Parts: sequence; C-alpha cells; structure tokens
Amino acid sequence: MLHKLFTFHGGVRPDSRKSDSTQAPIAALPLPAELVVPLHQSIGGTPRPLVRVGDRVLKGERIGAAEGAVSAAVHAPTSGIVKAIEPRTMPHPSGLPASCVVIETDGEERWIEREPVPWKSMKGDELRDFLRDTGIVGLGGATFPSHIKLRPGAKPTHTLVLNGAECEPFITCDDLLMRERAGEIIRGAGIMAQMLAVERVLIGVEDNKPDAIAAMRAAAGDGIEVVAIPTLYPAGGEKQLLRVLTGVEVPAGRRPLDFGLQCFNVGTAYRVARAIDQAEPLISRVVTVAGNVDRPGNFEVLIGTPIDALLAAGRPRPDTDRVLMGGPMMGFALPSTAAPVVKATNCVLAGSPSLLPPPPPEMACIRCGTCAAHCPADLQPFELYWFGRSHNFGKAQEYHLFDCIECGCCSYVCPSHIPLVDYFRFTKGEIWAREREKAAADLARERFEARNERQEREKREKAERLAAKAEATRKKLATTEPTGEAAAASPAEEAKKALIAAALERAKQQKSSVKPRNTDNLPADKQAEIDQIEARRAGAEGRTVEPPETP
Amino acid sequence: MSHSPYLRDSRSVRQIMLHVLAALLPGIAAYVWQFGAGILLQLLLASLTAVAAEAAMLKLRGKPIGLYLGDLSAIVTAWLIALSLPPIGPWWMIVVATLCAIVVAKHLYGGLGQNPFNPAMVAFCVMIVAFPSLMSQWPAAGLDLSQQLDLILGGSRPLDAITAATPLDALRTGLRTGGADARVAEIVQGPAFGLIGGSGWEWVAAGFALGGIHLLWQRIISWHLPAAFLLTMALTALLLWGMHPERFASPLLHLASGGTLLAAFFIVTDPVSGATTPKGKLVFAGGAAFIAYMIRSFGNYPDGIAFAVLLMNICVPLIDMYTQPAVFGHKRRSS
Repeated sequence: MLHKLFTFHGGVRPDSRKSDSTQAPIAALPLPAELVVPLHQSIGGTPRPLVRVGDRVLKGERIGAAEGAVSAAVHAPTSGIVKAIEPRTMPHPSGLPASCVVIETDGEERWIEREPVPWKSMKGDELRDFLRDTGIVGLGGATFPSHIKLRPGAKPTHTLVLNGAECEPFITCDDLLMRERAGEIIRGAGIMAQMLAVERVLIGVEDNKPDAIAAMRAAAGDGIEVVAIPTLYPAGGEKQLLRVLTGVEVPAGRRPLDFGLQCFNVGTAYRVARAIDQAEPLISRVVTVAGNVDRPGNFEVLIGTPIDALLAAGRPRPDTDRVLMGGPMMGFALPSTAAPVVKATNCVLAGSPSLLPPPPPEMACIRCGTCAAHCPADLQPFELYWFGRSHNFGKAQEYHLFDCIECGCCSYVCPSHIPLVDYFRFTKGEIWAREREKAAADLARERFEARNERQEREKREKAERLAAKAEATRKKLATTEPTGEAAAASPAEEAKKALIAAALERAKQQKSSVKPRNTDNLPADKQAEIDQIEARRAGAEGRTVEPPETP
Repeated sequence: MSHSPYLRDSRSVRQIMLHVLAALLPGIAAYVWQFGAGILLQLLLASLTAVAAEAAMLKLRGKPIGLYLGDLSAIVTAWLIALSLPPIGPWWMIVVATLCAIVVAKHLYGGLGQNPFNPAMVAFCVMIVAFPSLMSQWPAAGLDLSQQLDLILGGSRPLDAITAATPLDALRTGLRTGGADARVAEIVQGPAFGLIGGSGWEWVAAGFALGGIHLLWQRIISWHLPAAFLLTMALTALLLWGMHPERFASPLLHLASGGTLLAAFFIVTDPVSGATTPKGKLVFAGGAAFIAYMIRSFGNYPDGIAFAVLLMNICVPLIDMYTQPAVFGHKRRSS
C-alpha cells in the first residue's frame, strides 16, 4: 500500500454478512404493473409536477421539475399512463404519505429521444443544470442534489473522493456495481473530476471487497487511485472516509469543499456517466435484498417499484417480522412494504427475531465509557445521554450533540443496552422544536412591535396632518379676517381658564372633605402617632406650596 | 417499535461483573493460602448481606429485582469490602459495612450508576472511623481456621499473640516509638515484613495484579487508571525515599503493601464514581494515589486509600468537565 492512510477514533466491527448477496450478479426485476414515483426524492425543494392525470409518459420523461435552489428533477422510470397524482405512503420511519406520480406501466419501455451530451463543450452551469434535470442525486443515502456539489468552491478543490467503502453489514449494492460496472464509475469520476478541476481522485473501498478493488484498479486510469481501507464501521461515513484517505477532519457544519475536498458515492459517479453518455436520467438503481430471505442478491430496480415486489424476488422466509430500508446499523423499519423504492433505497433487509434480536431490557448507565471509546466523532455519548434525559439541552449542545452522526456504535456496544442513539434523536428533535418555537415567537413579537410602531406612526402623522390643516385654516382666517382674530381668541381662552379654575376648586374641596377611615376609638398612642404624621404631611405640603427662596 | 441500530454486540453489565469477580479469585486464593480460610466466611457474609440489602432496596424503590440483582454489581461491592476489612473482624462488622455500602452509598443515591462515591470505600471509611481498634486487628501468619472462626463468630476478642498489625501499621508504630533513632531498614526486618512488602501480603498483592492484568486484557478497565495510580504512588514514594531513606519506606514496599494493588485494579477502576475521560482518569487515579500516600506516611490512619478515593470522587465532575476530549473536526491532529 503506497497511499498513506489515517485513522479515526473508535468504530466497531460487526459481522459484515455480505457474502450471501454477492454470489449472483445484479439481476433485473420483472416490470411491475404500477410504479409509484414520489416527487420529493432529494434533499431540498419538492419538484413541481409536469404531468397531469391521464397523460401518456415515455421512459425517461421528466415528470417533476426541480423547484428552488436545492432540488433535482424526477422522471418516469418506464412508459405508461399517469393514473394518479396523490399522496402515497413513503419509505420513511413516519410512514406519512407524500405526493407521488402513479404510473400504470404499458410494458413497451418506449424511451424518450436520447443522444449523448457534448459535455466537454458545455459551460459549467449548463452541465450542472443538465445533471439537475436528469435527477442526479447522491446515492449513498443522503440524496443531496449532485449538481450543487459539483460547483467549484471559492478555494480550488484538489481532491475528489469516491466512497465505495460500504461499511454497513448486509449491503452489497456498491460492491456489485464496482465489480460489474467499474468502467462507467471511473468514467463518471473523470467527468466530475474535470467539473471540479481537481488534481487527484481517490476511491476508498473497504478491504473486505477484494473483487471490487481489483475491478476498479483495472479500470482506473491516470490520476485515479483506488485505495483499500481497513474494514471498520463507519468508515463509509463521509467525514470518516475523508479522514482516512486525506487526514482532514471536516467539522460539523462545514463542507468538505471548504477544505479542497469533495466526496461522492460510487453509485452517483455511475449515474453521472449514464446521464452524460446515454442521456439516461436517474430512473433506476441497484438495491440489495438480504437478511432473512432465501435468495439474497442485488437487483437493478426502477424507482417507484413497490418494495413488496422487490422483496418477493428475494423470497423472504415465513418468520420475517419486519423489513428494514438500509442496513442494520443506520436503517429503519419500514412502516409499510407497500412504499416504493426511491433514490435513497440502497438495501431492503428482511429481519427475523433471530437475525435482528429485540434489544435486551435497558438498564442503568454505569458510566463505563465504552460508548466514548467507540464513538467515531470523539463524543462522550453517556454524558449526552444524561443531559438528554434531564432535558439539559444547552449542556447537550455544549458537548457537541450535533456532531453526532447517529452511526449507532454507542448503542451497539453499550453493556446496559441503552438505546443511546434514540436518546440523541429525541434530544435533537426537542432542540429543533424549541428553536422553531423560539423563531415563531420572535417573529410574532417582531410583528407585534411593528404593528405598534405603525399605529403610533399613523397617529402621529394624523395629528401632524390635522395640525397642519388647522394652521392652514388659521392662516386663511388671518388673511381673510385680520381684525377679528384677537377678539375671537381671547373670549375662548378666558372661558377655558375659568373652567380649569373651577375644576381645581372642586378637587381641593373634595380632598379636604375626605376623612381617614378606621381612626375612631384609637388608643391614645396610635392617635398621637397619626397626629404626628398629619402634622408632618401638613408641613410638607406647606413647603411645596411655598416656593423655596432663592438666596 | 425499536430503532437502529438493530445489531448489538455488547458485553452485558452482568458479564463485566463476572469478569471482575473472576479477576479477584487469584488474590483471594493467595489470601487463603497465606492467612487461612477465614476470609471466605467474610466473603460469604458480605455477599449474602449485599444480595438481601440490594433486593430489599430494589423492592422499596419499585425496580425490577431480578434484572438488577442479576447484574452482580452488589456482589462485587461485597467482595471488595470483605477484601478491604480485616479478615478476623466480628461477623456484624462486615454486615454493617455491607449495609452501609448497599443501602446508603448505593441506593439512597439512586442505585447503580448514580452513586457519586465508591460504595466499598464509603463502607471502609465508616468502619475505620467507628471501630478503629477492630479495624487494626489483622491475623498473624499461621492463625488456624478454628481460631479465625472463633474470632469472627464468637466475638471474644483476641490476644496479641494471634493478631498483628499490617506492615504499614508496623512501620508507622516503629517510626513513632523509635523516635529520631528509628530506621526503616531495621523496622522492615521485623516479623510483619516479607521480601518486598508485608509478610504474606506480597502474594495477595501479586494475585490482585494478576487479576488486574486479566481485566486490562479484556478491556474492562483502561490502562490509564492502574498506570496513573501505581506510577504516582511509586514516584511519590521514590522522591521521599530518595531524600530520607531512613524515614520513608521504599516504593516497592508501598506498592506491595496495604491495598495498593487492589485499589489500582479494582477500586479506582469503579466506572460509576470515577472520572470518565482518558485525561480525567489519569488525574483521578494519580490524585488518589498521591493523597493515599500522604495519609499513609503523614496521617494517623494505617492506610489512606479509602479516604483518598472518596476525596477524588468529589472532584470527578470537575475533572471530567475540564478534561473533555476534543471532538472530531474540532482539534488539531497531525495530518
């Protein structure tokens, strides 16, 4: 190994269980009768639908246009008729529905017209817009629109990293992709390297995938280095991989681009090559079916295929009690397998009580620090757990809660079986909720203050307007009846003064007639005290009445 | 519904405690070999008391009894108390000490994981303050089992012929009574002393060290704690011994006597009441060793480890706060 490698702190070594699903090549699935294509499949804005119910669509036709600065288009994965545009259950832990384009497939697979893109002669923005409109997003799981990450930063980008680590147990979709389609991955890497004008491309693959490493090395050209990295979960975390390959630690809240680095999944590079060379938008991806199934393997799956249909291809065993999307470390149990495969779906994992046993009862934290010893973000998970439990959210943030990548290493090793990551998700959620509430309250306060100010201003302006008008009238009167002014003003003023004097007199009388209450039948000493107070008060009033003489 | 991760590969608290108990066995075997089987009765009494007290407290607190009793942490505490107290103490002494540890030091503070002080050391301190003379009666080598049982169960207190001071006590008394003429080199020729430490105790210490190595190898304890404890003890002793060899015992004697090795591998390594960060562990164990040495050499108690550990327990939140390791991306690493 010529390339110098770096290490990150902690990590765990779960049994990788990858060999079952790597026996067969990537297989195709029979075309389902119906595809459910969610409009929102990437981070950012929900694409605006471009089709109407009843429309005939072709394979690869854009059905949702990118909306907003961060968004990517979605496409019809095959030809057919738009049956509905309606909310359907999403592959998300919440199981909440979201807007989907439902396509009844016609089995003809009629493509839109396609021709290779002359990307070398295109301007950067043109090319990026093209990738946005072909729906290219990160296929490592985050589904961030790739065209945004391909915009060079303020500082030059020197290294492009491709992530082929695939550190989660069971998942092998990137492994198979690298074995079978290394050439197109390298081609995509070359295109992205040129877009970012980088000096070198590093492709990190965990050393438990020797076949993939060999295939990639055979395909790699000049300036592209395929690096075998030690198998240690979560080496496939973006920040962990960048650390291992380059030694740079990208802190939370900063982007790799700030350090002259950029990172994509190998699957994303493959899709970039397909988009450029075949003008093929992102309408399918490789998905691993593994776990409690009789025929584990990898499948090229059209986006929108019901997970049920995909799972059936793997033949799940009867004792399957749940189905996960993603791996066992960071995946989630699907509320419904009727949900469709989306761009983020890398693995469908059938679970059984023996394969993924229910967690033993949670016990008290003994502060043993095993979690901290395994945390790849160098956090002290048990401290965060205590802070989360006691709702000490400020302290949790001070101890870098938001640097947690939810990789699950801490829960994996905890001797008290505490679901630490659940606590961190809860704490993060609470903090976000509070910040939203605070933002809403701030907004309301600002609105209220603005309203008060506006009302004050309007009052003032009205008064000024009236005063100006009165002035104008007076001037007008003065010019028309100069002699009558003094006579007209003085009787009015006289009357006002008299009124005020009368009011003052009444007030005085009222004051003097007021008797102190509860002063009957007082003991002599109390009476004496009151008398004294009265005397002092009279004195004080007397003083204020007489203005002090100036010396 | 549970959430990710769906895989776990952890040693349970019970398995950890089983390892700790197993690691104590070589030391106990050496103890029996050198000082007779009386210690086994003490271990049994402590264990029974601990289990009963733990069960009663769990019931009172409305916690699942089986689950928490099965974690074996109470047995570990009981064994550590039995190994810290004199093996010929009357039966009620170990019972009271264990009750102190389990009821007061552990459950009144909120049970497993919540106690700020090391329960075994709380028990030891209560005993040494309440029953100083009983706590200083240790068996002379060669005391047979029937005599030991008589002492433990009978309650008739012994003659000087069958009890002895611990080596550290003998050293202190020798230095006190000898006045300015006392020489450590002469005192350690006495019957209480063996090759490098106390007569017989050096074997027990070696047994504890063996168990400690097992815990290190199993990664149940981190090297920081025993290393800092033993190094600080040795260096402090070396410094004073180097300056006044006639007034201070050698580092070897300090390492092999009293509870030094028991403390280094089994007491300061208690995760609940100790510091948790790598640097904090060094500070915590080093501080405990330094205070223990000072109490041993200049104080009135035969050994100061228990007080030292409790004093450092108080400092744990502060130590942890100031020794937080740098988080990923927030540090400068050689790259």
